[in-house]
Amino acid sequence: MKNLVTASAVLAVALAAGNAAAEEATIAVAANFTAPMKIIAEMFAEDTEHTVVTSFGATGKFYAQIKNGAPFEALLAADEKTPKKLADEGAGVADSRFTYAIGTLVLWSAKPDLVEDGKALLASGDFNKLSIANPKLAPYGVAAVQTMEAMGLKDALEPKLVMGENIAQTFQFVDTGNADLGFVALSQVMQNGEITKGSGWVVPADMHAPIRQDAIMLEPGKDNPAVAAFLEYLKSERALEVIHAFGYETE
Amino acid sequence: MLSDTDLQAIGLTLRLATTTTLILFVVGTPIAWWLARTRSRWKGPIGAVVALPLVLPPTVLGFYLLVAMGPNGPVGQLTQSLGIGLLPFTFWGLVVASVFYSFPFMVQPVQNAFEAMGERPLEAAATLRASPLDRFFTVAVPLSLPGFATAGILTFAHTVGEFGVVLMIGGNIPGVTRVASVQIYDYVEALEYGNAHRLAAVLLVFSFLVLLALYSWRPDLRKT
Repeated sequence: MKNLVTASAVLAVALAAGNAAAEEATIAVAANFTAPMKIIAEMFAEDTEHTVVTSFGATGKFYAQIKNGAPFEALLAADEKTPKKLADEGAGVADSRFTYAIGTLVLWSAKPDLVEDGKALLASGDFNKLSIANPKLAPYGVAAVQTMEAMGLKDALEPKLVMGENIAQTFQFVDTGNADLGFVALSQVMQNGEITKGSGWVVPADMHAPIRQDAIMLEPGKDNPAVAAFLEYLKSERALEVIHAFGYETE
Repeated sequence: MLSDTDLQAIGLTLRLATTTTLILFVVGTPIAWWLARTRSRWKGPIGAVVALPLVLPPTVLGFYLLVAMGPNGPVGQLTQSLGIGLLPFTFWGLVVASVFYSFPFMVQPVQNAFEAMGERPLEAAATLRASPLDRFFTVAVPLSLPGFATAGILTFAHTVGEFGVVLMIGGNIPGVTRVASVQIYDYVEALEYGNAHRLAAVLLVFSFLVLLALYSWRPDLRKT
Protein backbone atom coordinates (compact mmCIF):
# COMPACT_ATOMS: atom_id res chain seq x y z
CA MET A 1 0.00 0.00 0.00
CA LYS A 2 2.86 2.31 0.88
CA ASN A 3 4.25 1.84 -2.60
CA LEU A 4 0.95 2.72 -4.17
CA VAL A 5 0.80 5.89 -2.09
CA THR A 6 4.35 6.71 -3.15
CA ALA A 7 3.49 5.98 -6.76
CA SER A 8 0.39 8.18 -6.63
CA ALA A 9 2.38 10.95 -4.96
CA VAL A 10 5.06 10.68 -7.62
CA LEU A 11 2.38 10.70 -10.29
CA ALA A 12 0.75 13.78 -8.77
CA VAL A 13 4.07 15.58 -8.62
CA ALA A 14 4.84 14.56 -12.17
CA LEU A 15 1.49 15.77 -13.45
CA ALA A 16 1.92 19.04 -11.58
CA ALA A 17 5.38 19.53 -13.03
CA GLY A 18 3.99 19.15 -16.56
CA ASN A 19 6.36 18.98 -19.49
CA ALA A 20 9.39 19.60 -17.36
CA ALA A 21 9.02 16.06 -16.00
CA ALA A 22 8.59 14.22 -19.33
CA GLU A 23 10.02 10.78 -18.80
CA GLU A 24 10.42 7.57 -20.74
CA ALA A 25 9.28 4.19 -19.44
CA THR A 26 10.86 0.93 -20.65
CA ILE A 27 8.23 -1.79 -20.67
CA ALA A 28 8.38 -5.51 -21.43
CA VAL A 29 5.20 -6.74 -23.12
CA ALA A 30 3.88 -10.25 -23.75
CA ALA A 31 3.92 -11.16 -27.45
CA ASN A 32 0.14 -11.67 -27.66
CA PHE A 33 -0.44 -8.04 -26.60
CA THR A 34 1.82 -6.60 -29.32
CA ALA A 35 -0.84 -5.10 -31.58
CA PRO A 36 -2.92 -3.28 -28.92
CA MET A 37 0.22 -2.16 -27.11
CA LYS A 38 1.55 -0.36 -30.16
CA ILE A 39 -1.65 1.66 -30.44
CA ILE A 40 -1.89 2.34 -26.70
CA ALA A 41 1.76 3.47 -26.59
CA GLU A 42 1.06 6.01 -29.32
CA MET A 43 -2.07 7.27 -27.56
CA PHE A 44 -0.15 7.50 -24.31
CA ALA A 45 2.48 9.71 -25.94
CA GLU A 46 -0.30 11.95 -27.29
CA ASP A 47 -2.34 12.17 -24.09
CA THR A 48 0.49 12.60 -21.57
CA GLU A 49 3.89 14.22 -21.59
CA HIS A 50 5.55 10.82 -21.17
CA THR A 51 6.57 8.15 -23.67
CA VAL A 52 7.14 4.39 -23.52
CA VAL A 53 9.74 2.16 -25.13
CA THR A 54 8.49 -1.40 -25.59
CA SER A 55 10.08 -4.84 -25.92
CA PHE A 56 7.86 -7.69 -27.09
CA GLY A 57 8.56 -11.31 -26.24
CA ALA A 58 7.86 -14.41 -24.18
CA THR A 59 7.00 -13.84 -20.54
CA GLY A 60 9.34 -16.61 -19.33
CA LYS A 61 12.26 -15.02 -21.15
CA PHE A 62 11.45 -11.63 -19.66
CA TYR A 63 11.39 -13.22 -16.21
CA ALA A 64 14.91 -14.60 -16.68
CA GLN A 65 16.14 -11.25 -18.00
CA ILE A 66 14.52 -9.25 -15.20
CA LYS A 67 16.03 -11.54 -12.57
CA ASN A 68 19.39 -10.93 -14.18
CA GLY A 69 19.29 -7.17 -14.19
CA ALA A 70 17.37 -6.21 -17.33
CA PRO A 71 16.41 -2.52 -17.17
CA PHE A 72 12.66 -3.09 -17.69
CA GLU A 73 10.53 -0.83 -15.53
CA ALA A 74 7.24 -2.66 -15.90
CA LEU A 75 6.06 -6.01 -17.25
CA LEU A 76 2.78 -6.70 -19.04
CA ALA A 77 2.84 -10.47 -18.69
CA ALA A 78 0.89 -13.15 -20.54
CA ASP A 79 -0.09 -14.76 -17.25
CA GLU A 80 -0.72 -13.93 -13.60
CA LYS A 81 1.90 -16.34 -12.28
CA THR A 82 5.01 -14.47 -13.40
CA PRO A 83 4.13 -11.03 -11.96
CA LYS A 84 3.20 -12.71 -8.68
CA LYS A 85 6.52 -14.56 -8.61
CA LEU A 86 8.42 -11.34 -9.32
CA ALA A 87 6.54 -9.58 -6.51
CA ASP A 88 7.22 -12.44 -4.08
CA GLU A 89 10.89 -12.37 -4.95
CA GLY A 90 11.18 -8.63 -4.48
CA ALA A 91 11.88 -7.81 -8.13
CA GLY A 92 8.46 -6.22 -8.60
CA VAL A 93 6.32 -3.80 -6.64
CA ALA A 94 3.62 -6.03 -5.11
CA ASP A 95 0.93 -3.35 -4.80
CA SER A 96 1.18 -2.37 -8.43
CA ARG A 97 -0.08 -5.74 -9.70
CA PHE A 98 -3.39 -5.80 -11.61
CA THR A 99 -5.14 -7.69 -14.43
CA TYR A 100 -4.91 -5.51 -17.54
CA ALA A 101 -6.54 -7.99 -19.94
CA ILE A 102 -8.24 -11.38 -20.02
CA GLY A 103 -7.33 -13.29 -23.14
CA THR A 104 -9.78 -15.04 -25.46
CA LEU A 105 -8.88 -18.29 -27.18
CA VAL A 106 -9.93 -18.90 -30.77
CA LEU A 107 -9.70 -21.96 -33.00
CA TRP A 108 -8.41 -20.41 -36.19
CA SER A 109 -7.50 -21.41 -39.74
CA ALA A 110 -5.89 -19.37 -42.52
CA LYS A 111 -8.41 -21.00 -44.89
CA PRO A 112 -11.51 -18.80 -45.24
CA ASP A 113 -14.22 -21.47 -44.92
CA LEU A 114 -12.65 -24.23 -42.85
CA VAL A 115 -13.78 -23.32 -39.34
CA GLU A 116 -17.49 -23.04 -38.61
CA ASP A 117 -18.39 -25.34 -35.72
CA GLY A 118 -15.03 -25.73 -33.98
CA LYS A 119 -15.97 -28.69 -31.82
CA ALA A 120 -17.43 -30.72 -34.68
CA LEU A 121 -14.40 -29.97 -36.84
CA LEU A 122 -11.97 -31.13 -34.14
CA ALA A 123 -14.03 -34.28 -33.61
CA SER A 124 -14.09 -35.04 -37.35
CA GLY A 125 -10.28 -35.05 -37.53
CA ASP A 126 -10.58 -33.53 -41.00
CA PHE A 127 -7.36 -31.47 -40.93
CA ASN A 128 -3.61 -32.14 -41.09
CA LYS A 129 -2.22 -30.53 -37.93
CA LEU A 130 -3.44 -28.62 -34.90
CA SER A 131 -1.03 -25.96 -33.68
CA ILE A 132 -1.06 -25.03 -29.99
CA ALA A 133 1.26 -22.99 -27.80
CA ASN A 134 3.49 -25.12 -25.59
CA PRO A 135 1.38 -25.57 -22.42
CA LYS A 136 4.55 -25.73 -20.35
CA LEU A 137 5.40 -22.19 -21.38
CA ALA A 138 2.32 -20.30 -22.52
CA PRO A 139 -1.01 -19.66 -20.79
CA TYR A 140 -2.79 -19.90 -24.14
CA GLY A 141 -1.32 -23.39 -24.46
CA VAL A 142 -2.73 -24.35 -21.05
CA ALA A 143 -6.14 -23.03 -22.11
CA ALA A 144 -5.92 -24.98 -25.38
CA VAL A 145 -5.22 -28.23 -23.52
CA GLN A 146 -8.08 -27.53 -21.08
CA THR A 147 -10.40 -26.93 -24.01
CA MET A 148 -9.46 -30.23 -25.67
CA GLU A 149 -10.01 -31.97 -22.35
CA ALA A 150 -13.40 -30.31 -21.92
CA MET A 151 -14.37 -31.60 -25.36
CA GLY A 152 -13.08 -35.08 -24.46
CA LEU A 153 -10.84 -35.00 -27.53
CA LYS A 154 -7.41 -34.62 -25.97
CA ASP A 155 -6.17 -38.16 -26.65
CA ALA A 156 -7.66 -38.24 -30.13
CA LEU A 157 -5.97 -34.95 -31.06
CA GLU A 158 -2.58 -35.77 -29.55
CA PRO A 159 -1.02 -37.20 -32.78
CA LYS A 160 -1.96 -34.08 -34.72
CA LEU A 161 -0.45 -31.56 -32.31
CA VAL A 162 2.45 -29.29 -33.16
CA MET A 163 3.68 -26.79 -30.60
CA GLY A 164 4.85 -23.21 -30.90
CA GLU A 165 7.18 -21.80 -28.26
CA ASN A 166 4.83 -18.88 -27.80
CA ILE A 167 1.53 -17.74 -29.20
CA ALA A 168 3.24 -15.77 -31.99
CA GLN A 169 4.92 -18.87 -33.37
CA THR A 170 1.75 -20.90 -32.91
CA PHE A 171 -0.02 -18.37 -35.12
CA GLN A 172 2.83 -18.48 -37.65
CA PHE A 173 2.43 -22.24 -38.15
CA VAL A 174 -1.23 -21.74 -39.05
CA ASP A 175 -0.74 -18.49 -40.97
CA THR A 176 1.84 -20.10 -43.30
CA GLY A 177 -0.60 -22.97 -43.93
CA ASN A 178 1.67 -25.64 -42.48
CA ALA A 179 -0.97 -26.42 -39.88
CA ASP A 180 -4.63 -26.26 -40.98
CA LEU A 181 -5.78 -25.31 -37.49
CA GLY A 182 -4.51 -23.68 -34.36
CA PHE A 183 -5.61 -22.44 -30.97
CA VAL A 184 -4.39 -18.84 -31.03
CA ALA A 185 -5.18 -15.58 -29.25
CA LEU A 186 -8.23 -13.80 -30.60
CA SER A 187 -6.14 -10.60 -30.49
CA GLN A 188 -3.93 -12.01 -33.23
CA VAL A 189 -6.70 -12.40 -35.78
CA MET A 190 -9.14 -9.72 -34.72
CA GLN A 191 -9.21 -6.05 -35.58
CA ASN A 192 -11.97 -3.60 -34.74
CA GLY A 193 -14.09 -6.34 -33.28
CA GLU A 194 -14.04 -8.84 -36.15
CA ILE A 195 -11.88 -11.66 -37.46
CA THR A 196 -10.25 -10.12 -40.51
CA LYS A 197 -8.49 -13.12 -42.04
CA GLY A 198 -9.17 -16.84 -42.51
CA SER A 199 -11.91 -18.37 -40.38
CA GLY A 200 -12.27 -18.83 -36.65
CA TRP A 201 -14.40 -20.14 -33.81
CA VAL A 202 -14.22 -18.34 -30.49
CA VAL A 203 -13.84 -20.92 -27.72
CA PRO A 204 -16.58 -20.52 -25.09
CA ALA A 205 -15.05 -19.08 -21.90
CA ASP A 206 -16.39 -21.96 -19.77
CA MET A 207 -14.16 -24.50 -21.55
CA HIS A 208 -10.97 -23.27 -19.92
CA ALA A 209 -9.75 -21.27 -16.91
CA PRO A 210 -9.61 -17.54 -17.67
CA ILE A 211 -6.37 -16.36 -19.28
CA ARG A 212 -5.63 -13.51 -16.89
CA GLN A 213 -2.79 -11.29 -17.96
CA ASP A 214 -1.30 -9.24 -15.15
CA ALA A 215 0.90 -6.16 -15.19
CA ILE A 216 3.42 -5.19 -12.55
CA MET A 217 5.78 -2.32 -11.86
CA LEU A 218 9.36 -3.52 -11.52
CA GLU A 219 12.01 -2.28 -9.09
CA PRO A 220 13.94 -0.14 -11.63
CA GLY A 221 10.70 1.71 -12.46
CA LYS A 222 9.73 2.58 -8.90
CA ASP A 223 10.82 6.19 -9.08
CA ASN A 224 9.96 6.83 -12.71
CA PRO A 225 6.68 8.80 -12.96
CA ALA A 226 6.19 7.62 -16.54
CA VAL A 227 5.84 4.00 -15.39
CA ALA A 228 3.11 4.74 -12.83
CA ALA A 229 1.41 7.00 -15.35
CA PHE A 230 1.40 4.29 -18.00
CA LEU A 231 0.05 1.58 -15.72
CA GLU A 232 -2.70 4.01 -14.73
CA TYR A 233 -3.32 4.85 -18.39
CA LEU A 234 -3.90 1.14 -19.17
CA LYS A 235 -7.07 1.40 -17.06
CA SER A 236 -8.34 4.52 -18.84
CA GLU A 237 -11.44 4.49 -21.07
CA ARG A 238 -9.40 5.10 -24.22
CA ALA A 239 -7.01 2.24 -23.50
CA LEU A 240 -9.83 -0.15 -22.52
CA GLU A 241 -11.58 0.57 -25.81
CA VAL A 242 -8.47 -0.57 -27.73
CA ILE A 243 -8.02 -3.63 -25.52
CA HIS A 244 -11.66 -4.69 -26.12
CA ALA A 245 -11.40 -4.06 -29.86
CA PHE A 246 -8.71 -6.74 -30.02
CA GLY A 247 -10.94 -9.31 -28.38
CA TYR A 248 -9.72 -9.12 -24.79
CA GLU A 249 -12.02 -8.90 -21.81
CA THR A 250 -11.24 -6.74 -18.81
CA GLU A 251 -12.42 -6.73 -15.22
CA MET B 1 20.32 -37.79 -13.83
CA LEU B 2 18.74 -37.11 -17.21
CA SER B 3 15.06 -37.85 -17.75
CA ASP B 4 13.70 -40.10 -20.49
CA THR B 5 12.63 -37.11 -22.56
CA ASP B 6 16.17 -35.69 -22.27
CA LEU B 7 17.67 -38.95 -23.51
CA GLN B 8 15.10 -39.05 -26.30
CA ALA B 9 16.07 -35.50 -27.28
CA ILE B 10 19.78 -36.36 -27.24
CA GLY B 11 19.17 -39.51 -29.30
CA LEU B 12 17.18 -37.53 -31.84
CA THR B 13 19.89 -34.86 -32.00
CA LEU B 14 22.59 -37.43 -32.72
CA ARG B 15 20.41 -39.10 -35.36
CA LEU B 16 19.76 -35.74 -37.03
CA ALA B 17 23.45 -34.75 -36.97
CA THR B 18 24.59 -38.11 -38.32
CA THR B 19 22.03 -38.15 -41.14
CA THR B 20 22.83 -34.56 -42.08
CA THR B 21 26.59 -35.19 -42.12
CA LEU B 22 26.27 -38.30 -44.30
CA ILE B 23 24.01 -36.52 -46.78
CA LEU B 24 26.33 -33.53 -46.90
CA PHE B 25 29.36 -35.73 -47.65
CA VAL B 26 27.52 -36.90 -50.75
CA VAL B 27 26.01 -33.54 -51.76
CA GLY B 28 28.77 -31.21 -50.62
CA THR B 29 31.82 -32.98 -52.03
CA PRO B 30 31.01 -32.52 -55.76
CA ILE B 31 30.24 -28.85 -55.16
CA ALA B 32 33.49 -28.41 -53.21
CA TRP B 33 35.34 -30.16 -56.05
CA TRP B 34 33.77 -27.92 -58.66
CA LEU B 35 34.46 -24.77 -56.63
CA ALA B 36 38.08 -25.79 -56.11
CA ARG B 37 38.81 -26.54 -59.77
CA THR B 38 36.58 -24.31 -61.86
CA ARG B 39 37.65 -21.14 -63.62
CA SER B 40 34.03 -20.30 -64.39
CA ARG B 41 32.77 -16.83 -63.66
CA TRP B 42 30.06 -18.50 -61.58
CA LYS B 43 32.62 -19.51 -58.98
CA GLY B 44 32.16 -16.25 -57.06
CA PRO B 45 28.33 -16.24 -56.97
CA ILE B 46 28.04 -19.96 -56.18
CA GLY B 47 30.67 -19.66 -53.44
CA ALA B 48 28.76 -16.75 -51.95
CA VAL B 49 25.45 -18.68 -51.97
CA VAL B 50 27.16 -21.62 -50.24
CA ALA B 51 28.44 -19.26 -47.52
CA LEU B 52 25.07 -17.54 -46.99
CA PRO B 53 23.94 -19.70 -44.02
CA LEU B 54 27.03 -18.44 -42.15
CA VAL B 55 25.67 -14.92 -42.03
CA LEU B 56 21.87 -15.33 -42.24
CA PRO B 57 20.19 -15.39 -38.82
CA PRO B 58 18.94 -18.96 -38.29
CA THR B 59 15.43 -17.75 -37.51
CA VAL B 60 15.34 -15.98 -40.89
CA LEU B 61 16.54 -19.10 -42.67
CA GLY B 62 14.02 -21.13 -40.65
CA PHE B 63 11.15 -18.80 -41.46
CA TYR B 64 11.79 -18.90 -45.21
CA LEU B 65 12.17 -22.66 -45.09
CA LEU B 66 8.81 -22.81 -43.27
CA VAL B 67 7.21 -20.69 -45.99
CA ALA B 68 8.97 -22.50 -48.84
CA MET B 69 8.09 -25.95 -47.51
CA GLY B 70 4.51 -24.92 -46.64
CA PRO B 71 1.50 -25.80 -48.82
CA ASN B 72 1.84 -22.58 -50.84
CA GLY B 73 5.63 -22.65 -51.15
CA PRO B 74 7.53 -24.09 -54.13
CA VAL B 75 9.15 -26.89 -52.10
CA GLY B 76 5.84 -27.72 -50.42
CA GLN B 77 4.04 -27.98 -53.77
CA LEU B 78 6.81 -30.23 -55.09
CA THR B 79 6.74 -32.56 -52.09
CA GLN B 80 2.93 -32.69 -52.20
CA SER B 81 2.87 -33.55 -55.90
CA LEU B 82 5.45 -36.28 -55.22
CA GLY B 83 3.09 -37.66 -52.58
CA ILE B 84 5.52 -37.05 -49.70
CA GLY B 85 3.25 -34.52 -48.04
CA LEU B 86 4.56 -31.46 -46.22
CA LEU B 87 8.03 -31.41 -44.65
CA PRO B 88 7.64 -29.06 -41.67
CA PHE B 89 7.08 -30.85 -38.33
CA THR B 90 8.81 -34.01 -39.62
CA PHE B 91 12.25 -35.49 -39.00
CA TRP B 92 13.09 -35.30 -42.71
CA GLY B 93 12.03 -31.68 -42.76
CA LEU B 94 14.67 -31.04 -40.11
CA VAL B 95 17.20 -32.99 -42.17
CA VAL B 96 16.53 -30.84 -45.24
CA ALA B 97 16.80 -27.66 -43.16
CA SER B 98 20.01 -28.87 -41.48
CA VAL B 99 21.57 -29.68 -44.84
CA PHE B 100 21.05 -26.05 -45.88
CA TYR B 101 22.12 -24.72 -42.52
CA SER B 102 25.37 -26.72 -42.32
CA PHE B 103 26.24 -26.53 -46.02
CA PRO B 104 29.26 -24.16 -45.71
CA PHE B 105 30.69 -26.20 -42.85
CA MET B 106 30.99 -29.17 -45.21
CA VAL B 107 31.86 -27.43 -48.48
CA GLN B 108 34.48 -24.93 -47.34
CA PRO B 109 36.97 -27.25 -45.56
CA VAL B 110 36.73 -29.82 -48.36
CA GLN B 111 37.16 -27.11 -51.00
CA ASN B 112 40.22 -25.76 -49.15
CA ALA B 113 41.73 -29.24 -49.02
CA PHE B 114 41.19 -29.77 -52.76
CA GLU B 115 42.73 -26.37 -53.50
CA ALA B 116 45.73 -27.01 -51.22
CA MET B 117 46.42 -30.28 -53.03
CA GLY B 118 46.95 -28.43 -56.34
CA GLU B 119 46.96 -29.82 -59.90
CA ARG B 120 50.22 -31.75 -59.82
CA PRO B 121 49.18 -35.01 -58.12
CA LEU B 122 46.21 -35.24 -60.49
CA GLU B 123 48.38 -34.55 -63.55
CA ALA B 124 50.84 -37.18 -62.41
CA ALA B 125 47.99 -39.67 -62.02
CA ALA B 126 46.67 -38.72 -65.45
CA THR B 127 50.03 -39.52 -67.06
CA LEU B 128 49.70 -42.98 -65.51
CA ARG B 129 46.37 -43.26 -67.34
CA ALA B 130 44.15 -43.03 -64.29
CA SER B 131 40.59 -42.17 -65.32
CA PRO B 132 39.05 -38.96 -63.87
CA LEU B 133 36.95 -40.98 -61.45
CA ASP B 134 39.98 -43.04 -60.50
CA ARG B 135 42.03 -39.88 -59.94
CA PHE B 136 39.32 -38.48 -57.71
CA PHE B 137 38.92 -41.52 -55.48
CA THR B 138 42.50 -42.82 -55.32
CA VAL B 139 44.39 -39.52 -55.37
CA ALA B 140 42.26 -36.51 -54.48
CA VAL B 141 40.19 -38.01 -51.66
CA PRO B 142 43.08 -39.66 -49.76
CA LEU B 143 45.19 -36.50 -50.05
CA SER B 144 42.29 -34.41 -48.76
CA LEU B 145 41.32 -36.65 -45.86
CA PRO B 146 42.17 -34.06 -43.19
CA GLY B 147 39.81 -31.66 -44.94
CA PHE B 148 37.06 -34.29 -44.97
CA ALA B 149 37.66 -35.03 -41.28
CA THR B 150 37.40 -31.34 -40.40
CA ALA B 151 34.30 -30.92 -42.54
CA GLY B 152 32.60 -33.98 -41.04
CA ILE B 153 33.30 -32.98 -37.45
CA LEU B 154 32.30 -29.36 -37.98
CA THR B 155 29.09 -30.31 -39.80
CA PHE B 156 28.15 -32.79 -37.12
CA ALA B 157 28.89 -30.39 -34.26
CA HIS B 158 27.18 -27.48 -35.98
CA THR B 159 24.03 -29.56 -36.51
CA VAL B 160 24.05 -30.64 -32.86
CA GLY B 161 24.13 -26.95 -31.90
CA GLU B 162 21.35 -26.01 -34.31
CA PHE B 163 18.48 -24.20 -32.65
CA GLY B 164 16.84 -21.34 -34.50
CA VAL B 165 16.03 -23.26 -37.67
CA VAL B 166 14.64 -26.26 -35.79
CA LEU B 167 12.57 -23.99 -33.59
CA MET B 168 11.01 -22.37 -36.65
CA ILE B 169 10.02 -25.51 -38.57
CA GLY B 170 10.02 -28.25 -35.92
CA GLY B 171 6.81 -27.80 -33.95
CA ASN B 172 8.45 -29.31 -30.85
CA ILE B 173 7.14 -32.89 -31.24
CA PRO B 174 8.77 -35.33 -28.78
CA GLY B 175 10.92 -37.93 -30.54
CA VAL B 176 10.34 -36.34 -33.95
CA THR B 177 11.54 -32.74 -33.85
CA ARG B 178 12.30 -31.92 -30.22
CA VAL B 179 16.11 -31.89 -30.28
CA ALA B 180 18.35 -31.23 -27.26
CA SER B 181 18.77 -27.50 -27.89
CA VAL B 182 14.99 -27.00 -28.06
CA GLN B 183 14.55 -29.10 -24.91
CA ILE B 184 17.02 -26.83 -23.06
CA TYR B 185 15.19 -23.76 -24.35
CA ASP B 186 11.91 -25.19 -23.05
CA TYR B 187 13.44 -25.76 -19.61
CA VAL B 188 14.79 -22.22 -19.48
CA GLU B 189 11.49 -20.72 -20.60
CA ALA B 190 9.59 -22.82 -18.06
CA LEU B 191 12.00 -21.59 -15.36
CA GLU B 192 13.19 -25.18 -14.73
CA TYR B 193 16.78 -24.05 -14.50
CA GLY B 194 18.05 -27.23 -12.78
CA ASN B 195 16.98 -29.43 -15.70
CA ALA B 196 18.37 -26.87 -18.16
CA HIS B 197 21.76 -26.85 -16.43
CA ARG B 198 22.02 -30.65 -16.50
CA LEU B 199 21.22 -31.04 -20.19
CA ALA B 200 23.32 -28.00 -21.10
CA ALA B 201 26.28 -29.48 -19.21
CA VAL B 202 26.00 -32.67 -21.28
CA LEU B 203 26.01 -30.66 -24.52
CA LEU B 204 28.87 -28.48 -23.29
CA VAL B 205 31.07 -31.45 -22.46
CA PHE B 206 30.14 -33.12 -25.73
CA SER B 207 30.94 -30.02 -27.79
CA PHE B 208 34.24 -29.55 -26.01
CA LEU B 209 35.25 -33.15 -26.65
CA VAL B 210 34.35 -32.86 -30.33
CA LEU B 211 36.42 -29.71 -30.76
CA LEU B 212 39.25 -31.19 -28.71
CA ALA B 213 39.26 -34.16 -31.06
CA LEU B 214 39.28 -31.79 -34.02
CA TYR B 215 42.17 -29.66 -32.82
CA SER B 216 44.39 -32.42 -31.46
CA TRP B 217 43.71 -35.07 -34.08
CA ARG B 218 44.10 -33.05 -37.25
CA PRO B 219 47.87 -32.38 -37.09
CA ASP B 220 48.44 -36.15 -36.79
CA LEU B 221 46.52 -36.71 -39.99
CA ARG B 222 48.58 -34.00 -41.66
CA LYS B 223 51.85 -35.80 -40.89
CA THR B 224 50.83 -39.02 -42.60
